[in-house]
Amino acid sequence: MNDARFLPYLLLLPATVFLIAFFLVPFTQVAVEAFTTAEGFSLGNFQTIGRDWKFVPAIRNTLLLTALIVPIQLALSLFMATLVTRIGRGRDIVLYVFTIPLGISDLAAGLIWLALLDQSGFLNTVLFNLGLIDGPQNLLSYQNVPALFAAIVIAEVWRATAIMLVILVAGMSLIPREYYEAAEVFGAGGWKRFTRITLPLLRSSLQTALILRTILAFEVFAVVIVLAGTNLPILMGETFAWQFGLQDREGAAAYAMIILAISVAFTLVFLIGLRDKAEART
Amino acid sequence: MTAAGAADPVVAAPAGTDARRAGKTLLWTCVVVLCLWVLGPIYLLLVNALTSPEAVTGWPKRFVPSFDLSSLSFFWNYQGVARALVNSILVAALTMILSLGIGAPAGYALARFRFRGKNVFRLLVLMTRAFPLPLLALPLAVFYIRVGLDDSVLGLALVHTTLALPFAILITFSLFMGIPVELEEAAWTLGCTRLQAFRKIVLPLAIPGIAASGVFAFVTSWNEVFAASVLTIQNQTLTAFLLTSLDVSPLPLKFAGALVLVVPALIFLFVVRKYLFSLWGIANR
Repeated sequence: MNDARFLPYLLLLPATVFLIAFFLVPFTQVAVEAFTTAEGFSLGNFQTIGRDWKFVPAIRNTLLLTALIVPIQLALSLFMATLVTRIGRGRDIVLYVFTIPLGISDLAAGLIWLALLDQSGFLNTVLFNLGLIDGPQNLLSYQNVPALFAAIVIAEVWRATAIMLVILVAGMSLIPREYYEAAEVFGAGGWKRFTRITLPLLRSSLQTALILRTILAFEVFAVVIVLAGTNLPILMGETFAWQFGLQDREGAAAYAMIILAISVAFTLVFLIGLRDKAEART
Repeated sequence: MTAAGAADPVVAAPAGTDARRAGKTLLWTCVVVLCLWVLGPIYLLLVNALTSPEAVTGWPKRFVPSFDLSSLSFFWNYQGVARALVNSILVAALTMILSLGIGAPAGYALARFRFRGKNVFRLLVLMTRAFPLPLLALPLAVFYIRVGLDDSVLGLALVHTTLALPFAILITFSLFMGIPVELEEAAWTLGCTRLQAFRKIVLPLAIPGIAASGVFAFVTSWNEVFAASVLTIQNQTLTAFLLTSLDVSPLPLKFAGALVLVVPALIFLFVVRKYLFSLWGIANR
Protein backbone atom coordinates (compact mmCIF):
# COMPACT_ATOMS: atom_id res chain seq x y z
CA MET A 1 0.00 0.00 0.00
CA ASN A 2 3.09 2.20 0.21
CA ASP A 3 2.92 2.93 -3.50
CA ALA A 4 -0.60 4.32 -3.03
CA ARG A 5 0.93 7.69 -2.23
CA PHE A 6 2.48 7.92 -5.66
CA LEU A 7 -0.19 6.08 -7.59
CA PRO A 8 -2.49 9.09 -8.21
CA TYR A 9 0.43 11.10 -9.55
CA LEU A 10 1.43 8.22 -11.78
CA LEU A 11 -2.12 7.99 -13.12
CA LEU A 12 -2.30 11.75 -13.71
CA LEU A 13 1.12 11.98 -15.30
CA PRO A 14 0.14 11.19 -18.93
CA ALA A 15 -2.80 13.62 -18.91
CA THR A 16 -0.74 16.36 -17.26
CA VAL A 17 2.17 15.97 -19.66
CA PHE A 18 -0.23 15.91 -22.59
CA LEU A 19 -2.12 19.02 -21.53
CA ILE A 20 1.13 20.91 -20.92
CA ALA A 21 2.62 19.84 -24.26
CA PHE A 22 -0.48 20.26 -26.41
CA PHE A 23 -2.41 22.95 -24.59
CA LEU A 24 -0.31 25.27 -22.41
CA VAL A 25 2.86 25.36 -24.51
CA PRO A 26 1.16 25.90 -27.91
CA PHE A 27 -1.06 28.67 -26.54
CA THR A 28 2.00 30.36 -25.05
CA GLN A 29 3.74 30.03 -28.41
CA VAL A 30 0.85 31.57 -30.32
CA ALA A 31 0.72 34.43 -27.80
CA VAL A 32 4.45 35.08 -28.18
CA GLU A 33 4.15 34.93 -31.94
CA ALA A 34 1.24 37.37 -31.98
CA PHE A 35 3.20 39.99 -30.03
CA THR A 36 6.51 39.53 -31.85
CA THR A 37 7.72 41.10 -35.06
CA ALA A 38 11.21 41.38 -36.52
CA GLU A 39 11.94 44.22 -34.06
CA GLY A 40 11.00 42.15 -31.03
CA PHE A 41 7.95 42.78 -28.84
CA SER A 42 5.39 44.92 -30.65
CA LEU A 43 1.77 45.34 -31.56
CA GLY A 44 2.76 45.42 -35.23
CA ASN A 45 0.88 42.22 -36.12
CA PHE A 46 -2.33 43.67 -34.74
CA GLN A 47 -1.76 46.85 -36.73
CA THR A 48 -1.20 44.73 -39.84
CA ILE A 49 -4.47 42.84 -39.51
CA GLY A 50 -6.20 46.06 -38.38
CA ARG A 51 -5.37 47.71 -41.71
CA ASP A 52 -7.31 45.01 -43.56
CA TRP A 53 -10.88 46.12 -44.36
CA LYS A 54 -12.21 42.78 -43.12
CA PHE A 55 -10.87 43.27 -39.57
CA VAL A 56 -13.65 45.38 -38.07
CA PRO A 57 -16.47 43.54 -39.90
CA ALA A 58 -15.03 40.20 -38.72
CA ILE A 59 -15.17 41.27 -35.06
CA ARG A 60 -18.57 42.89 -35.48
CA ASN A 61 -20.10 39.93 -37.33
CA THR A 62 -18.77 37.35 -34.87
CA LEU A 63 -20.05 39.27 -31.84
CA LEU A 64 -23.37 40.00 -33.51
CA LEU A 65 -23.88 36.36 -34.49
CA THR A 66 -23.09 35.27 -30.92
CA ALA A 67 -25.46 37.87 -29.49
CA LEU A 68 -28.23 36.64 -31.79
CA ILE A 69 -27.61 32.90 -31.51
CA VAL A 70 -26.84 32.24 -27.84
CA PRO A 71 -29.94 33.91 -26.29
CA ILE A 72 -32.25 32.14 -28.77
CA GLN A 73 -30.56 28.85 -27.94
CA LEU A 74 -30.82 29.50 -24.22
CA ALA A 75 -34.55 30.17 -24.43
CA LEU A 76 -35.20 27.29 -26.82
CA SER A 77 -33.18 24.76 -24.83
CA LEU A 78 -34.93 25.78 -21.59
CA PHE A 79 -38.27 25.40 -23.34
CA MET A 80 -37.34 22.00 -24.78
CA ALA A 81 -35.95 20.78 -21.44
CA THR A 82 -39.15 21.83 -19.65
CA LEU A 83 -41.26 20.05 -22.27
CA VAL A 84 -39.20 16.89 -21.86
CA THR A 85 -39.65 16.79 -18.09
CA ARG A 86 -43.44 16.77 -18.58
CA ILE A 87 -43.46 13.83 -20.96
CA GLY A 88 -44.23 10.45 -19.45
CA ARG A 89 -44.23 7.71 -22.05
CA GLY A 90 -42.15 8.37 -25.17
CA ARG A 91 -39.68 10.58 -23.29
CA ASP A 92 -36.63 8.62 -24.43
CA ILE A 93 -37.45 8.77 -28.11
CA VAL A 94 -38.24 12.51 -27.93
CA LEU A 95 -34.94 13.12 -26.15
CA TYR A 96 -33.09 11.15 -28.80
CA VAL A 97 -34.67 13.18 -31.60
CA PHE A 98 -33.98 16.47 -29.80
CA THR A 99 -30.31 15.60 -29.35
CA ILE A 100 -29.66 14.32 -32.89
CA PRO A 101 -27.99 17.61 -33.97
CA LEU A 102 -25.37 17.03 -31.26
CA GLY A 103 -23.68 14.59 -33.65
CA ILE A 104 -23.75 16.95 -36.62
CA SER A 105 -20.75 19.13 -37.42
CA ASP A 106 -21.15 22.79 -38.30
CA LEU A 107 -19.94 21.93 -41.80
CA ALA A 108 -22.68 19.33 -42.29
CA ALA A 109 -25.26 21.68 -40.73
CA GLY A 110 -24.24 24.39 -43.18
CA LEU A 111 -24.61 21.97 -46.09
CA ILE A 112 -28.00 20.78 -44.81
CA TRP A 113 -29.32 24.32 -44.69
CA LEU A 114 -27.74 25.03 -48.07
CA ALA A 115 -29.96 22.26 -49.45
CA LEU A 116 -32.96 24.16 -48.12
CA LEU A 117 -31.98 27.75 -48.85
CA ASP A 118 -29.98 27.46 -52.07
CA GLN A 119 -31.22 28.80 -55.39
CA SER A 120 -32.34 25.29 -56.38
CA GLY A 121 -33.29 24.50 -52.79
CA PHE A 122 -36.47 23.35 -51.14
CA LEU A 123 -37.54 26.71 -49.71
CA ASN A 124 -37.61 28.19 -53.21
CA THR A 125 -39.88 25.39 -54.35
CA VAL A 126 -42.21 25.90 -51.40
CA LEU A 127 -42.38 29.64 -52.02
CA PHE A 128 -43.05 28.98 -55.72
CA ASN A 129 -45.82 26.48 -54.96
CA LEU A 130 -47.41 29.01 -52.64
CA GLY A 131 -47.33 31.50 -55.51
CA LEU A 132 -45.05 33.91 -53.67
CA ILE A 133 -42.29 33.93 -56.28
CA ASP A 134 -42.22 33.40 -60.05
CA GLY A 135 -38.96 31.47 -60.29
CA PRO A 136 -35.87 30.47 -58.34
CA GLN A 137 -34.47 33.31 -56.26
CA ASN A 138 -30.94 33.57 -54.96
CA LEU A 139 -31.80 33.78 -51.27
CA LEU A 140 -28.15 33.69 -50.16
CA SER A 141 -26.90 36.57 -52.29
CA TYR A 142 -23.86 38.40 -50.92
CA GLN A 143 -25.77 41.65 -51.39
CA ASN A 144 -28.44 40.57 -48.94
CA VAL A 145 -26.51 40.60 -45.66
CA PRO A 146 -29.57 40.32 -43.35
CA ALA A 147 -30.63 37.16 -45.20
CA LEU A 148 -27.15 35.68 -44.78
CA PHE A 149 -27.25 36.48 -41.07
CA ALA A 150 -30.68 34.91 -40.75
CA ALA A 151 -29.56 31.75 -42.55
CA ILE A 152 -26.51 31.36 -40.28
CA VAL A 153 -28.54 32.02 -37.13
CA ILE A 154 -31.17 29.44 -38.16
CA ALA A 155 -28.55 26.82 -39.02
CA GLU A 156 -26.66 27.37 -35.76
CA VAL A 157 -29.81 27.36 -33.62
CA TRP A 158 -30.86 24.17 -35.38
CA ARG A 159 -27.52 22.47 -34.84
CA ALA A 160 -26.12 23.63 -31.53
CA THR A 161 -29.11 24.02 -29.23
CA ALA A 162 -28.79 20.34 -28.39
CA ILE A 163 -25.53 20.80 -26.48
CA MET A 164 -27.25 23.22 -24.08
CA LEU A 165 -30.30 20.96 -23.92
CA VAL A 166 -28.26 17.96 -22.75
CA ILE A 167 -26.62 19.94 -19.96
CA LEU A 168 -29.92 21.50 -18.85
CA VAL A 169 -31.88 18.23 -18.94
CA ALA A 170 -29.14 16.55 -16.89
CA GLY A 171 -29.23 19.49 -14.45
CA MET A 172 -33.03 19.38 -14.15
CA SER A 173 -32.94 15.67 -13.38
CA LEU A 174 -30.95 16.50 -10.24
CA ILE A 175 -33.65 18.82 -8.86
CA PRO A 176 -35.68 16.91 -6.23
CA ARG A 177 -39.31 16.35 -7.25
CA GLU A 178 -40.43 17.23 -3.72
CA TYR A 179 -39.66 20.89 -4.29
CA TYR A 180 -42.19 21.04 -7.10
CA GLU A 181 -44.77 19.10 -5.14
CA ALA A 182 -44.36 21.43 -2.17
CA ALA A 183 -44.65 24.48 -4.41
CA GLU A 184 -47.78 23.06 -6.00
CA VAL A 185 -49.32 22.49 -2.58
CA PHE A 186 -48.74 26.15 -1.79
CA GLY A 187 -50.42 27.09 -5.06
CA ALA A 188 -47.44 28.13 -7.18
CA GLY A 189 -48.33 28.09 -10.88
CA GLY A 190 -46.21 26.62 -13.64
CA TRP A 191 -44.40 29.86 -14.44
CA LYS A 192 -43.70 30.59 -10.80
CA ARG A 193 -42.34 27.08 -10.25
CA PHE A 194 -40.08 27.60 -13.26
CA THR A 195 -38.67 30.96 -12.13
CA ARG A 196 -38.48 30.19 -8.39
CA ILE A 197 -37.34 26.56 -8.40
CA THR A 198 -36.01 25.48 -11.78
CA LEU A 199 -33.94 28.52 -12.70
CA PRO A 200 -32.18 29.06 -9.33
CA LEU A 201 -31.37 25.37 -8.90
CA LEU A 202 -30.20 25.15 -12.47
CA ARG A 203 -27.64 27.90 -12.04
CA SER A 204 -24.47 25.84 -12.33
CA SER A 205 -25.85 23.97 -15.35
CA LEU A 206 -26.85 27.26 -16.95
CA GLN A 207 -23.39 28.63 -16.29
CA THR A 208 -21.69 25.65 -17.93
CA ALA A 209 -24.08 25.64 -20.87
CA LEU A 210 -23.60 29.36 -21.48
CA ILE A 211 -19.80 29.21 -21.22
CA LEU A 212 -19.54 26.18 -23.49
CA ARG A 213 -21.94 27.54 -26.06
CA THR A 214 -20.57 31.11 -26.11
CA ILE A 215 -16.98 29.94 -26.63
CA LEU A 216 -18.20 27.71 -29.45
CA ALA A 217 -20.14 30.61 -30.94
CA PHE A 218 -16.94 32.67 -31.15
CA GLU A 219 -15.42 29.74 -33.01
CA VAL A 220 -18.16 29.72 -35.64
CA PHE A 221 -16.49 28.82 -38.91
CA ALA A 222 -17.63 26.23 -41.44
CA VAL A 223 -21.34 27.06 -41.34
CA VAL A 224 -20.53 30.66 -42.31
CA ILE A 225 -18.13 29.61 -45.08
CA VAL A 226 -20.74 27.24 -46.53
CA LEU A 227 -23.73 29.60 -46.42
CA ALA A 228 -22.09 32.98 -46.99
CA GLY A 229 -18.71 32.17 -48.51
CA THR A 230 -16.08 34.75 -47.66
CA ASN A 231 -18.54 37.60 -48.15
CA LEU A 232 -19.30 37.67 -44.45
CA PRO A 233 -15.98 37.98 -42.60
CA ILE A 234 -15.80 36.26 -39.20
CA LEU A 235 -12.87 35.85 -36.82
CA MET A 236 -12.20 32.13 -37.38
CA GLY A 237 -12.57 32.57 -41.14
CA GLU A 238 -10.04 35.42 -41.12
CA THR A 239 -7.65 33.40 -38.97
CA PHE A 240 -7.87 30.62 -41.53
CA ALA A 241 -7.42 33.08 -44.42
CA TRP A 242 -4.30 34.66 -42.89
CA GLN A 243 -2.80 31.28 -42.06
CA PHE A 244 -3.57 29.59 -45.36
CA GLY A 245 -4.45 32.11 -48.05
CA LEU A 246 -2.03 34.88 -47.10
CA GLN A 247 0.54 32.53 -45.53
CA ASP A 248 1.02 35.10 -42.75
CA ARG A 249 1.36 33.16 -39.50
CA GLU A 250 1.87 36.27 -37.38
CA GLY A 251 -1.39 37.75 -38.65
CA ALA A 252 -3.21 34.50 -37.94
CA ALA A 253 -1.67 34.42 -34.45
CA ALA A 254 -2.90 37.97 -33.80
CA TYR A 255 -6.43 36.93 -34.82
CA ALA A 256 -6.12 33.89 -32.55
CA MET A 257 -5.23 36.20 -29.65
CA ILE A 258 -8.37 38.27 -30.28
CA ILE A 259 -10.59 35.16 -30.25
CA LEU A 260 -8.80 33.94 -27.14
CA ALA A 261 -9.21 37.28 -25.38
CA ILE A 262 -12.96 37.56 -25.97
CA SER A 263 -13.43 33.88 -25.06
CA VAL A 264 -11.65 34.24 -21.73
CA ALA A 265 -13.38 37.56 -21.05
CA PHE A 266 -16.84 36.10 -21.58
CA THR A 267 -16.01 33.00 -19.53
CA LEU A 268 -15.09 35.28 -16.62
CA VAL A 269 -18.29 37.28 -17.12
CA PHE A 270 -20.38 34.11 -16.83
CA LEU A 271 -18.31 32.76 -13.93
CA ILE A 272 -18.75 35.95 -11.92
CA GLY A 273 -22.23 36.90 -13.10
CA LEU A 274 -23.74 33.49 -12.34
CA ARG A 275 -21.69 32.78 -9.22
CA ASP A 276 -23.33 30.53 -6.68
CA LYS A 277 -23.29 32.24 -3.31
CA ALA A 278 -23.33 28.94 -1.43
CA GLU A 279 -20.47 27.68 -3.57
CA ALA A 280 -18.42 30.80 -2.87
CA ARG A 281 -18.32 29.89 0.81
CA THR A 282 -16.87 26.41 0.41
CA MET B 1 -53.33 10.34 -24.53
CA THR B 2 -56.91 9.29 -23.94
CA ALA B 3 -55.63 6.23 -22.16
CA ALA B 4 -53.64 8.43 -19.79
CA GLY B 5 -56.72 10.63 -19.26
CA ALA B 6 -58.88 7.62 -18.42
CA ALA B 7 -56.32 6.44 -15.91
CA ASP B 8 -56.64 9.70 -13.98
CA PRO B 9 -58.72 9.63 -10.79
CA VAL B 10 -62.40 10.04 -11.65
CA VAL B 11 -62.85 12.53 -8.82
CA ALA B 12 -61.35 15.33 -10.95
CA ALA B 13 -63.96 17.86 -11.99
CA PRO B 14 -64.92 17.86 -15.71
CA ALA B 15 -63.45 21.35 -16.14
CA GLY B 16 -60.16 20.11 -14.69
CA THR B 17 -59.85 17.19 -17.09
CA ASP B 18 -60.65 19.50 -19.99
CA ALA B 19 -57.86 21.84 -18.98
CA ARG B 20 -55.53 18.91 -18.50
CA ARG B 21 -56.40 17.47 -21.88
CA ALA B 22 -55.87 20.86 -23.50
CA GLY B 23 -52.51 21.09 -21.77
CA LYS B 24 -51.56 17.63 -23.00
CA THR B 25 -52.55 18.53 -26.56
CA LEU B 26 -50.49 21.71 -26.40
CA LEU B 27 -47.53 19.80 -24.96
CA TRP B 28 -47.57 17.21 -27.71
CA THR B 29 -48.13 19.81 -30.42
CA CYS B 30 -44.96 21.58 -29.27
CA VAL B 31 -43.06 18.28 -29.11
CA VAL B 32 -44.13 17.26 -32.62
CA VAL B 33 -43.31 20.69 -34.07
CA LEU B 34 -39.85 20.61 -32.48
CA CYS B 35 -39.23 17.05 -33.68
CA LEU B 36 -40.13 18.13 -37.21
CA TRP B 37 -37.83 21.13 -36.86
CA VAL B 38 -34.96 18.76 -36.05
CA LEU B 39 -35.79 15.95 -38.47
CA GLY B 40 -37.15 17.93 -41.44
CA PRO B 41 -33.82 19.36 -42.64
CA ILE B 42 -32.12 15.97 -42.27
CA TYR B 43 -34.90 14.36 -44.31
CA LEU B 44 -34.48 16.95 -47.06
CA LEU B 45 -30.73 16.34 -47.12
CA LEU B 46 -31.52 12.64 -47.53
CA VAL B 47 -33.84 13.47 -50.43
CA ASN B 48 -31.10 15.48 -52.11
CA ALA B 49 -28.41 12.87 -51.56
CA LEU B 50 -30.63 10.09 -52.89
CA THR B 51 -31.58 11.74 -56.17
CA SER B 52 -29.65 12.06 -59.40
CA PRO B 53 -27.22 14.98 -59.74
CA GLU B 54 -29.48 16.53 -62.41
CA ALA B 55 -32.45 16.55 -60.03
CA VAL B 56 -30.32 18.07 -57.25
CA THR B 57 -29.49 21.12 -59.33
CA GLY B 58 -32.86 21.07 -61.11
CA TRP B 59 -35.96 23.05 -60.24
CA PRO B 60 -38.64 22.84 -58.87
CA LYS B 61 -37.76 20.17 -56.35
CA ARG B 62 -39.58 17.00 -55.44
CA PHE B 63 -39.97 16.24 -51.76
CA VAL B 64 -39.55 12.49 -52.00
CA PRO B 65 -36.28 10.72 -52.73
CA SER B 66 -36.08 8.79 -56.00
CA PHE B 67 -33.54 6.39 -54.44
CA ASP B 68 -31.16 7.16 -57.24
CA LEU B 69 -27.67 6.34 -56.01
CA SER B 70 -25.82 8.18 -58.77
CA SER B 71 -25.10 11.21 -56.53
CA LEU B 72 -23.55 8.98 -53.90
CA SER B 73 -21.55 6.96 -56.42
CA PHE B 74 -20.40 10.22 -58.05
CA PHE B 75 -19.23 11.31 -54.59
CA TRP B 76 -17.56 7.99 -53.89
CA ASN B 77 -15.63 8.03 -57.17
CA TYR B 78 -14.62 11.67 -56.89
CA GLN B 79 -10.86 12.17 -56.69
CA GLY B 80 -9.69 12.07 -53.07
CA VAL B 81 -12.95 11.14 -51.35
CA ALA B 82 -12.16 7.53 -50.49
CA ARG B 83 -8.81 8.54 -49.04
CA ALA B 84 -10.36 11.37 -47.03
CA LEU B 85 -12.91 8.96 -45.61
CA VAL B 86 -10.18 6.55 -44.52
CA ASN B 87 -8.22 9.42 -42.97
CA SER B 88 -11.28 10.62 -41.05
CA ILE B 89 -11.81 7.17 -39.59
CA LEU B 90 -8.11 6.76 -38.71
CA VAL B 91 -7.87 10.16 -37.00
CA ALA B 92 -11.10 9.60 -35.07
CA ALA B 93 -10.06 6.11 -33.96
CA LEU B 94 -6.65 7.37 -32.84
CA THR B 95 -8.30 10.25 -30.98
CA MET B 96 -10.57 7.78 -29.23
CA ILE B 97 -7.69 5.55 -28.17
CA LEU B 98 -5.48 8.44 -27.03
CA SER B 99 -8.14 10.29 -25.07
CA LEU B 100 -9.30 7.13 -23.29
CA GLY B 101 -5.79 5.86 -22.67
CA ILE B 102 -4.69 9.17 -21.18
CA GLY B 103 -8.01 10.36 -19.77
CA ALA B 104 -9.39 7.27 -18.02
CA PRO B 105 -6.43 6.86 -15.59
CA ALA B 106 -6.73 10.54 -14.70
CA GLY B 107 -10.48 10.17 -14.17
CA TYR B 108 -9.84 7.18 -11.90
CA ALA B 109 -7.22 9.08 -9.88
CA LEU B 110 -9.60 12.02 -9.39
CA ALA B 111 -12.41 9.72 -8.30
CA ARG B 112 -10.46 7.50 -5.88
CA PHE B 113 -7.66 9.50 -4.28
CA ARG B 114 -7.20 12.57 -2.14
CA PHE B 115 -3.85 14.09 -2.89
CA ARG B 116 -2.01 17.36 -3.00
CA GLY B 117 -2.32 19.12 -6.33
CA LYS B 118 -5.72 17.64 -7.16
CA ASN B 119 -7.32 21.05 -7.47
CA VAL B 120 -4.51 22.36 -9.66
CA PHE B 121 -5.10 19.49 -12.06
CA ARG B 122 -8.86 20.03 -12.07
CA LEU B 123 -8.28 23.70 -12.78
CA LEU B 124 -6.05 22.77 -15.72
CA VAL B 125 -8.78 20.54 -17.13
CA LEU B 126 -11.55 23.10 -16.62
CA MET B 127 -9.38 25.88 -18.04
CA THR B 128 -9.44 24.20 -21.46
CA ARG B 129 -13.11 25.18 -21.64
CA ALA B 130 -12.36 28.89 -21.83
CA PHE B 131 -9.97 28.40 -24.73
CA PRO B 132 -10.85 28.10 -28.40
CA LEU B 133 -9.03 24.79 -28.79
CA PRO B 134 -9.08 24.41 -32.60
CA LEU B 135 -6.71 27.40 -32.69
CA LEU B 136 -4.03 25.08 -31.30
CA ALA B 137 -3.58 23.98 -34.89
CA LEU B 138 -1.76 27.24 -35.68
CA PRO B 139 1.31 26.89 -33.40
CA LEU B 140 1.32 23.11 -33.76
CA ALA B 141 1.51 23.36 -37.55
CA VAL B 142 4.99 24.88 -37.15
CA PHE B 143 6.03 22.40 -34.49
CA TYR B 144 4.86 19.47 -36.64
CA ILE B 145 6.96 20.57 -39.60
CA ARG B 146 9.99 20.58 -37.31
CA VAL B 147 9.37 17.08 -35.94
CA GLY B 148 8.05 15.57 -39.18
CA LEU B 149 4.42 15.21 -38.08
CA ASP B 150 3.09 17.71 -40.63
CA ASP B 151 0.19 16.57 -42.75
CA SER B 152 -0.03 13.36 -40.73
CA VAL B 153 -2.89 11.42 -39.23
CA LEU B 154 -1.15 11.25 -35.85
CA GLY B 155 -0.49 14.99 -35.72
CA LEU B 156 -4.14 15.83 -36.27
CA ALA B 157 -5.26 13.13 -33.83
CA LEU B 158 -3.09 14.75 -31.14
CA VAL B 159 -4.90 18.09 -31.61
CA HIS B 160 -8.28 16.35 -31.58
CA THR B 161 -7.24 14.57 -28.39
CA THR B 162 -6.78 17.97 -26.75
CA LEU B 163 -10.40 18.68 -27.62
CA ALA B 164 -11.69 15.32 -26.42
CA LEU B 165 -9.43 14.73 -23.41
CA PRO B 166 -11.07 17.13 -20.90
CA PHE B 167 -14.44 15.50 -21.59
CA ALA B 168 -12.95 12.01 -21.32
CA ILE B 169 -11.41 12.90 -17.94
CA LEU B 170 -14.62 14.41 -16.57
CA ILE B 171 -16.82 11.60 -17.88
CA THR B 172 -14.63 8.79 -16.55
CA PHE B 173 -14.31 10.71 -13.26
CA SER B 174 -18.07 10.74 -12.75
CA LEU B 175 -18.26 7.16 -14.00
CA PHE B 176 -15.76 5.87 -11.40
CA MET B 177 -17.42 7.99 -8.71
CA GLY B 178 -20.59 6.01 -9.38
CA ILE B 179 -18.89 2.68 -8.64
CA PRO B 180 -18.72 2.14 -4.86
CA VAL B 181 -15.17 2.02 -3.53
CA GLU B 182 -16.36 -0.64 -1.05
CA LEU B 183 -16.49 -3.17 -3.88
CA GLU B 184 -12.79 -2.62 -4.49
CA GLU B 185 -11.97 -2.70 -0.79
CA ALA B 186 -13.77 -6.01 -0.43
CA ALA B 187 -11.67 -7.44 -3.25
CA TRP B 188 -8.48 -6.23 -1.55
CA THR B 189 -9.38 -7.93 1.71
CA LEU B 190 -9.99 -11.12 -0.25
CA GLY B 191 -6.42 -10.96 -1.51
CA CYS B 192 -6.65 -9.07 -4.77
CA THR B 193 -3.95 -6.58 -5.64
CA ARG B 194 -5.02 -3.10 -6.65
CA LEU B 195 -4.62 -3.94 -10.31
CA GLN B 196 -6.52 -7.23 -10.02
CA ALA B 197 -9.34 -5.56 -8.15
CA PHE B 198 -9.54 -2.90 -10.82
CA ARG B 199 -9.50 -5.42 -13.66
CA LYS B 200 -11.97 -7.87 -12.15
CA ILE B 201 -14.36 -5.59 -10.26
CA VAL B 202 -14.26 -2.02 -11.53
CA LEU B 203 -13.54 -2.51 -15.21
CA PRO B 204 -16.50 -4.81 -16.00
CA LEU B 205 -18.83 -2.27 -14.37
CA ALA B 206 -17.21 0.69 -16.10
CA ILE B 207 -16.74 -0.73 -19.60
CA PRO B 208 -20.07 0.44 -21.10
CA GLY B 209 -19.53 3.98 -19.83
CA ILE B 210 -15.92 4.00 -20.99
CA ALA B 211 -17.06 2.84 -24.41
CA ALA B 212 -19.64 5.64 -24.47
CA SER B 213 -17.02 8.25 -23.65
CA GLY B 214 -14.88 6.75 -26.42
CA VAL B 215 -17.75 7.29 -28.82
CA PHE B 216 -17.99 10.95 -27.78
CA ALA B 217 -14.27 11.33 -28.52
CA PHE B 218 -14.72 9.67 -31.91
CA VAL B 219 -17.58 11.97 -32.89
CA THR B 220 -15.68 15.05 -31.67
CA SER B 221 -12.81 14.22 -34.01
CA TRP B 222 -15.02 13.08 -36.88
CA ASN B 223 -16.83 16.43 -36.90
CA GLU B 224 -13.89 18.79 -36.39
CA VAL B 225 -13.28 21.14 -39.31
CA PHE B 226 -10.89 23.99 -38.49
CA ALA B 227 -7.82 22.14 -37.17
CA ALA B 228 -8.28 19.43 -39.79
CA SER B 229 -8.28 22.02 -42.57
CA VAL B 230 -5.20 23.79 -41.19
CA LEU B 231 -3.11 20.71 -40.49
CA THR B 232 -3.78 18.41 -43.42
CA ILE B 233 -2.99 19.01 -47.08
CA GLN B 234 -2.46 15.67 -48.83
CA ASN B 235 -3.90 13.59 -46.00
CA GLN B 236 -7.13 15.55 -45.70
CA THR B 237 -9.97 14.27 -43.56
CA LEU B 238 -13.48 14.30 -44.99
CA THR B 239 -14.40 17.58 -43.29
CA ALA B 240 -11.19 19.26 -44.50
CA PHE B 241 -11.74 17.87 -47.99
CA LEU B 242 -15.32 19.14 -48.17
CA LEU B 243 -14.43 22.56 -46.78
CA THR B 244 -11.44 23.24 -48.99
CA SER B 245 -13.20 22.02 -52.14
CA LEU B 246 -16.39 24.01 -51.49
CA ASP B 247 -15.65 26.46 -54.30
CA VAL B 248 -14.96 23.81 -56.91
CA SER B 249 -17.28 20.95 -55.97
CA PRO B 250 -20.75 20.73 -57.53
CA LEU B 251 -23.87 20.68 -55.34
CA PRO B 252 -24.57 16.90 -55.55
CA LEU B 253 -21.08 16.26 -54.22
CA LYS B 254 -21.64 18.58 -51.26
CA PHE B 255 -24.94 16.99 -50.27
CA ALA B 256 -23.69 13.44 -50.67
CA GLY B 257 -20.68 14.42 -48.57
CA ALA B 258 -22.89 15.95 -45.90
CA LEU B 259 -24.93 12.76 -45.71
CA VAL B 260 -21.79 10.64 -45.34
CA LEU B 261 -20.67 12.99 -42.53
CA VAL B 262 -24.02 12.87 -40.73
CA VAL B 263 -24.96 9.19 -40.82
CA PRO B 264 -22.15 7.66 -38.71
CA ALA B 265 -22.57 10.33 -36.04
CA LEU B 266 -26.30 9.57 -35.84
CA ILE B 267 -25.68 5.85 -35.45
CA PHE B 268 -23.06 6.40 -32.74
CA LEU B 269 -25.30 8.79 -30.85
CA PHE B 270 -28.11 6.27 -30.99
CA VAL B 271 -25.84 3.64 -29.50
CA VAL B 272 -24.78 5.83 -26.57
CA ARG B 273 -28.07 7.70 -26.04
CA LYS B 274 -28.49 6.02 -22.65
CA TYR B 275 -25.28 7.62 -21.41
CA LEU B 276 -25.77 11.01 -23.00
CA PHE B 277 -27.54 12.52 -20.01
CA SER B 278 -26.28 10.36 -17.17
CA LEU B 279 -22.61 10.80 -18.10
CA TRP B 280 -22.04 13.56 -20.59
CA GLY B 281 -24.65 15.95 -19.26
CA ILE B 282 -23.82 15.57 -15.60
CA ALA B 283 -20.05 15.35 -16.03
CA ASN B 284 -20.11 18.66 -17.83
CA ARG B 285 -21.91 20.65 -15.20
